[in-house]
Amino acid sequence: METSILIFLPLVAGLISFLLPDNRAKQFAFVAALAEFAYSLVLLLQFNPQETLAYATSVPWVKSMGISFSVGMDGISILLVMLTTFLIPLIILSSFRRTFANSNYFYGLVLIMQSALVGVFVARDAFLFYVFWELALIPIYFIALIWGGENRKKITFKFFVYTLAGSLLMLVAIIYLYLQTPNGSFDINQFYAVGSTLSSTDQALVFVAFFLAFAIKMPIFPFHTWQPDTYTVTPAQGTMLLSGIMLKMGIYGVIRWILPLVPEAAHTYGMPAIILSVIGIIYASIIAIKQKDFKRLIAYVSIAHVGLIAAGIFTLGEESLQGGIIQMLSHGINVVGLFFVIDVLFDRTKTLELSSLGGIRNVAPFFTVTFIILLFSSIALPFTGGFPGEFLLFVGIFQYNPWIAAVAGVSVILGAVYMLSSFQKIMLGETNNLTSGFADLFTSEKLVLIPIIILIFWMGIYPDTFLEISGPAVKALIKGTGTSLSLK
Amino acid sequence: MLQLAWLIPVLPLIGFLIIGLANKKLPKAVVGFVGCGSILGSFAIVLTLLTEVLNGTIQSETLTYFNWISAGSLDIKLSFLIDPLSVTMMTIITGVGFLIHLYSAGYMSHDEGFARYFAYLNLFVFSMLILVMGSNFLVLFAGWEGVGLCSYLLIGFWFKNNDYNNAAKKAFIMNRIGDLGFLLGMLLIIVTFGSLEYSAVFEQAQTIFKPGVAQPVLIAITLLLFLGATGKSAQIPLYTWLPDAMAGPTPVSALIHAATMVTAGIYMIVRSNVLFSLAPFTLEVIEIIGLTTALFAATIGLVQNDIKKVLAYSTVSQLGYMFFALGMGAYSTAIFHVATHAFFKALLFLGAGSVIHAMSGEQDIRSMGGLWKKLPITFATFIIGTVAIAGIPPFAGFFSKDEILAHAYEHSPILWALGVLGALMTTFYMFRLVFLTFFGSFRGTEHQKSHLHESPLIMTIPLMVLAVLSIIGGFVGVPEVLGGHNFLKSFLSPIIAPINQHTGHALSHSTELMLMGISVGAVLLVIIIAAIVYISKKAVPSPEGSDLSAPHKVLYNKYYIDEIYRTLVVKPLYWLGDIFYKVFEIRIIDNFVNAWGKGVDRGSAGLRFLQNGSISFYMFAMVIGIILILFFNTIIKL
Amino acid sequence: MQVLSNTVNNYLVLASILFAIGVMGVLVRRNIIIIFMSIELMLNAINLLLVAFSVFHNDASGQVFVFFIMAVAAAEVTVGLAILVMIYRNTGSVDINSLNKLKW
Repeated sequence: METSILIFLPLVAGLISFLLPDNRAKQFAFVAALAEFAYSLVLLLQFNPQETLAYATSVPWVKSMGISFSVGMDGISILLVMLTTFLIPLIILSSFRRTFANSNYFYGLVLIMQSALVGVFVARDAFLFYVFWELALIPIYFIALIWGGENRKKITFKFFVYTLAGSLLMLVAIIYLYLQTPNGSFDINQFYAVGSTLSSTDQALVFVAFFLAFAIKMPIFPFHTWQPDTYTVTPAQGTMLLSGIMLKMGIYGVIRWILPLVPEAAHTYGMPAIILSVIGIIYASIIAIKQKDFKRLIAYVSIAHVGLIAAGIFTLGEESLQGGIIQMLSHGINVVGLFFVIDVLFDRTKTLELSSLGGIRNVAPFFTVTFIILLFSSIALPFTGGFPGEFLLFVGIFQYNPWIAAVAGVSVILGAVYMLSSFQKIMLGETNNLTSGFADLFTSEKLVLIPIIILIFWMGIYPDTFLEISGPAVKALIKGTGTSLSLK
Repeated sequence: MLQLAWLIPVLPLIGFLIIGLANKKLPKAVVGFVGCGSILGSFAIVLTLLTEVLNGTIQSETLTYFNWISAGSLDIKLSFLIDPLSVTMMTIITGVGFLIHLYSAGYMSHDEGFARYFAYLNLFVFSMLILVMGSNFLVLFAGWEGVGLCSYLLIGFWFKNNDYNNAAKKAFIMNRIGDLGFLLGMLLIIVTFGSLEYSAVFEQAQTIFKPGVAQPVLIAITLLLFLGATGKSAQIPLYTWLPDAMAGPTPVSALIHAATMVTAGIYMIVRSNVLFSLAPFTLEVIEIIGLTTALFAATIGLVQNDIKKVLAYSTVSQLGYMFFALGMGAYSTAIFHVATHAFFKALLFLGAGSVIHAMSGEQDIRSMGGLWKKLPITFATFIIGTVAIAGIPPFAGFFSKDEILAHAYEHSPILWALGVLGALMTTFYMFRLVFLTFFGSFRGTEHQKSHLHESPLIMTIPLMVLAVLSIIGGFVGVPEVLGGHNFLKSFLSPIIAPINQHTGHALSHSTELMLMGISVGAVLLVIIIAAIVYISKKAVPSPEGSDLSAPHKVLYNKYYIDEIYRTLVVKPLYWLGDIFYKVFEIRIIDNFVNAWGKGVDRGSAGLRFLQNGSISFYMFAMVIGIILILFFNTIIKL
Repeated sequence: MQVLSNTVNNYLVLASILFAIGVMGVLVRRNIIIIFMSIELMLNAINLLLVAFSVFHNDASGQVFVFFIMAVAAAEVTVGLAILVMIYRNTGSVDINSLNKLKW
């Protein structure tokens, strides 16, 4: 019941928002998102991490096909749901100083998107998961298409078709698994039971189908080329949705729908997946160094960060899984902050060309401080949110294979290179005529960044708050996958 | 006082928060008071801890505060370790740190970024204390990165100047290269020992690994940690950031780039001396790198004309000495040199700052000269610092340097000779600096001349205190041969690996005395030579752009190391970025993806001609289709 | 029985010929009215078969079906002719090739 409210509250609110007059939608959406956040917070406070499945509901949906509306949360799900419900109000708030044409549709789509995202994170039925998975694609497609920038039609079309193509493979695998279940069910536990009894070839095929769907969504090298274009063209709030929450769907998918489902294949084909991820880290980092547009640069940085999370998760180590989960949270929060910084930059200067900016530090001290914090969290300085996750991920990867960890570690250096270079080009030096009138952050903008910064430090200084919630769920997951590597 | 130990780093943190959050709203006096006061408070607590450690009330205490990162079997706590080593370092950091804060209050008083400066400086002291107080490698790493951040912020303090910004960026990135080594070293420690806690790791290391047997794992761990140290402590091959780091305000150079942060690598190695002692191969590498750096940087220092650059290369060189000592297993000696170096190098930097202050920002020693009359206190203290670094008894540098040289002689007379050579070069460039700056006649502009003045008391008091320390600081480690009992060595002995504790000195007293005599004699000789060249002959280095002899040119351009790095690393990286983006990303991967779309597009373009709109054609196709279906149906049935 | 099956064979041949004529008519003629008539011819070929087999199997339901089909066909013709009239009014022709708007 509780979980269903989490799903349907934003959905209903989104539909209502469609009907509202243009000038009211903003406030309404914000209130709705805040209510959702408050409710999820209540659920989190009552949540007992030891429970394998909390707030579960299962209602038959299409009985003849064995489809049920089955939802529930464990420690991993609830953290990602919290991430969603925490970020959506901030994303809505971040748009308060922008005006969108037909904003009632814009905010309606954002809320529907939230519903779908929450649904993905709580679904315990493969069919339901697939429905939410595809549902999440539709609002963001329209957000990018209607309110996007230059060349948006072609780019959003590519984004839509590319991700859809991947999902279709997953659908094939889901139907295949459904046909293998003894009494025809899409239930996750039945899937787990069936998945591990498959022959290794079948497991491999299921693995590949799921992997492609998730790899495109994350995205992992070389399935990433839709991403920089889409990030660049989407309005800032859309980019925040995409990078902050939507790409976590892919990683969550791996954790929930690959590792326990086809454990044998995950062990066998983990190595190629890790290698692809690590290639992506280095590749994207090196490309980021030479980018001229800051938004595109951050898009590549996001690929690099996600690559590290993916590599860590495929090692199946407990430390790296925990690290991956906390890194999902910290990356989500951090990247939303960074894209908001970009939005502010673009709002004031109408450009994101690194070469034409500079000197903003002279005129906007508050903005500078937040930017610096986001920047250093992004390159994982200790006591900021990026550190615990990155460290744990490295621990896991290193146990898996030290050489891979060493290669992935080069990103530590490259991260400093591109982040500091772009910071210097944007913020330092003398002001020019574009930046000399740069206004420091307004109150509503501060309200977006302050919670983000508080969380960055919270996650950096006391990550145990979050690790404790996901810990038992991860342990159960590892137990489910059978063998695992762990410290002695 | 143990229950107050947490306040030691927290006080500067609070100072940082107050100054940072209030920023420009506070008057400068309050900012200065909070900035200095917080450090003084820490220093007071450190002193009480020091006395307790000295009288044996505290031997080695671990203070655990909370679980920092725990996942799986990994359980890392935020905890501090109070033992002789950390207390020694804490004393240096807060003591010298306080003096430099005080000095800064005068030095930076005209700067509009005064509050920002003190915020950063307090944050630095916080990070540095975290670094030395941590009871496991991860807390050390946290401080390690934190000081890197502060160093970045402070080098680029005057952020309008892009050269300074580049220097800051370079420092951070080169440090990160080392940090990667450190990180990998930590990971290998986790995999090998299952913990990052010093006590657990060292205990296990001593039981699992026996000395004398080659230990690939330990060699790997120690080499990786040492890579981290080369970054932070500016050793070959990662030293080039330190001279550039002089872009920051001079007190910053004194605090961060001379007295404290750059010695973090030495602290880290001494802290993990158990591991290093079990990996003799690594020690040899450290020894070679340390000595090479010491000599290499000293040769560059001989010809530099920027007062801070000379001191910077001198710092690199002195750090090389410390690593040289570490490589020989003389851990307490290295810490001894860290301490004395902190005194005299901070003094020299602050003195240089005073000179620059008086010269209205001029740093080129070719434009100085004869300053001793105008800056008597600065001159006197600067001379003390110079004599200390040159190693003339009984000044601080003599004892620590002599201890290093004695160890070198134990290993091999050649090492000793090279060490002395480095010391002589140090003496030469330091006295060249003193003679060119303070003696002779003034060579600057009239405008500068009219502004020459001694610094205010708030700046000269720290100079005087440091000068006193540079004189007496060496007495904590007077060798037996001179009637002392090397107090520091016995103080630090609990944290040194048992296999490294030599019983008694291998050198006979007469040899040791003789070595001291030779080195001191040679140093005096070099001073005389420098005096002849720069005072009697009044030689002044040739101005910028004049023809230099080939070896001089190579030295003046720092062996072209920066240029070599740029061609070997930076340019290929940019090139790779272009290739990846323009060729792989756009031409290959994205084209391949788009090819799918284009394939569908082309295929449908071909197929759509079937849809010609003619009903007759459709019906014809339908009939043919039915006939074919029937036909194949029959065939299948047959 | 032999006689009867022979007669069914004859009906089969006749129905096939009629059906083939209908098909050819649909394929080669352009006039919509004639195509329409050809379709009716095909329909009636089938009806003939149904009746023949109904007698052959001694089962009345086949003949019931024929009546049913005839009724439906009548309805269909009504609609079809109405469409035809509309086509003629709009295009001024009953040539099927004038209706080629339905393409790419």
